[in-house]
Amino acid sequence: MSQPQPQRTGPEDARLSAWMAAAQGGDQAAYVCLLRECTGMIERVARRKGVPADRIDDVVQETLLTVHRARQTYDPARSFTAWLRVIAERRAVDLMRKTGRQALRELHAPLAYERHADESQARQVEPGGKLTEAVARLPPGQREAVQHLLLQERSLAEASAATGRSQGSLKVNLHRALKSLRARLGQAR
Amino acid sequence: MSPISEPQSSYEGLIGSLAADLRPVRPLQPPSARALIWLAAVFAAGLGLAAMADLPAIAARLEAAPDMWLAVSGAALTMVLAAIAAFELSLPDRSQVWALLPLPAALLWIAASGAGCLRTWLVPGTHAAALDESRDCILFILAVSVPLSALLLAMLRRAYPLRPGLAAAIAGLASAAAAATLLNLFHPYDASGSDLVVHAAAVGLVVLANRAYGGRMLRAAGA
Repeated sequence: MSQPQPQRTGPEDARLSAWMAAAQGGDQAAYVCLLRECTGMIERVARRKGVPADRIDDVVQETLLTVHRARQTYDPARSFTAWLRVIAERRAVDLMRKTGRQALRELHAPLAYERHADESQARQVEPGGKLTEAVARLPPGQREAVQHLLLQERSLAEASAATGRSQGSLKVNLHRALKSLRARLGQAR
Repeated sequence: MSPISEPQSSYEGLIGSLAADLRPVRPLQPPSARALIWLAAVFAAGLGLAAMADLPAIAARLEAAPDMWLAVSGAALTMVLAAIAAFELSLPDRSQVWALLPLPAALLWIAASGAGCLRTWLVPGTHAAALDESRDCILFILAVSVPLSALLLAMLRRAYPLRPGLAAAIAGLASAAAAATLLNLFHPYDASGSDLVVHAAAVGLVVLANRAYGGRMLRAAGA
């Protein structure tokens, strides 16, 4: 329960701690130096925690914001690097949890669609439109999933019977297809 | 130390805005020192309430059943440890394991209160709490917990908990335990089974309300 007082790890830690103490007093130059030094350390923590490369920036930004808002909680007698590492680790875990939840929601989107199908969405796909073109460019498995589950509004069971693919495989293909469509249509915009 | 000589990175924009927003802050006191300030406020409230209490009746009750000290000590210890845990949890670098700190004291409190109930069943002629007295107890716990929770949450807002719901729930436990400790000043009878359930429900309600509203309040403070 009681955690040992984190000791300074060397002159580097003492320098960062001094900058943070100066920042607590309102020294902007020291603060800029400190935050610049922090970014590399936060990136290393995020990589070690397994954050995907394209999300490391998010962890760095969230951690810098936390450092800013929580700067009054830092005790200059304690190790700054230990303080920063714990905050960066928690922000990395928060981000991965959030990303995991989003992925889960997307994976279950076909089920939600099945229950709350909106007829007008299918009509929006006009021949020759950007979406139709983007769907045509998808790999066969993904295109098949989009055609059966979204365009023809079939249930997972019906689509599975029609294509001979498992429901799980259809869900995964639809998830991947939605991701590529979002990327392609986003770029076109 | 000149920031201009440093290499540019993709975070320069954010770093610049944070530096521009920098205001001097005073480092917070250690959690135990901050907990002591809140406990002093509880003590002051206790002194005020003691002036209105029937102290000879309390003394007679404790003389008749010395083991009641255990229940009172359990509640008071829960209050102290939960307050320390709440202040520890309000710091972004502290472990969530701090939430377990008040657990042993809470177990002592529950066990000793349960033993008090057993006595009312086993010893004839013991005055157990009636239904209207139980209602007064729940009202007392809620009424005293609200200002104590408000004070504790206002103090916790000065820090920056990364798990605001947990910090607020433990703050609720500290406030409810403080209210239950002070309730003994106006409770010159044994707790019956239903009375104990009422106490537990009131404490649970305070903890849940703190988790919901206090957590939101701490989150709004920036977490």
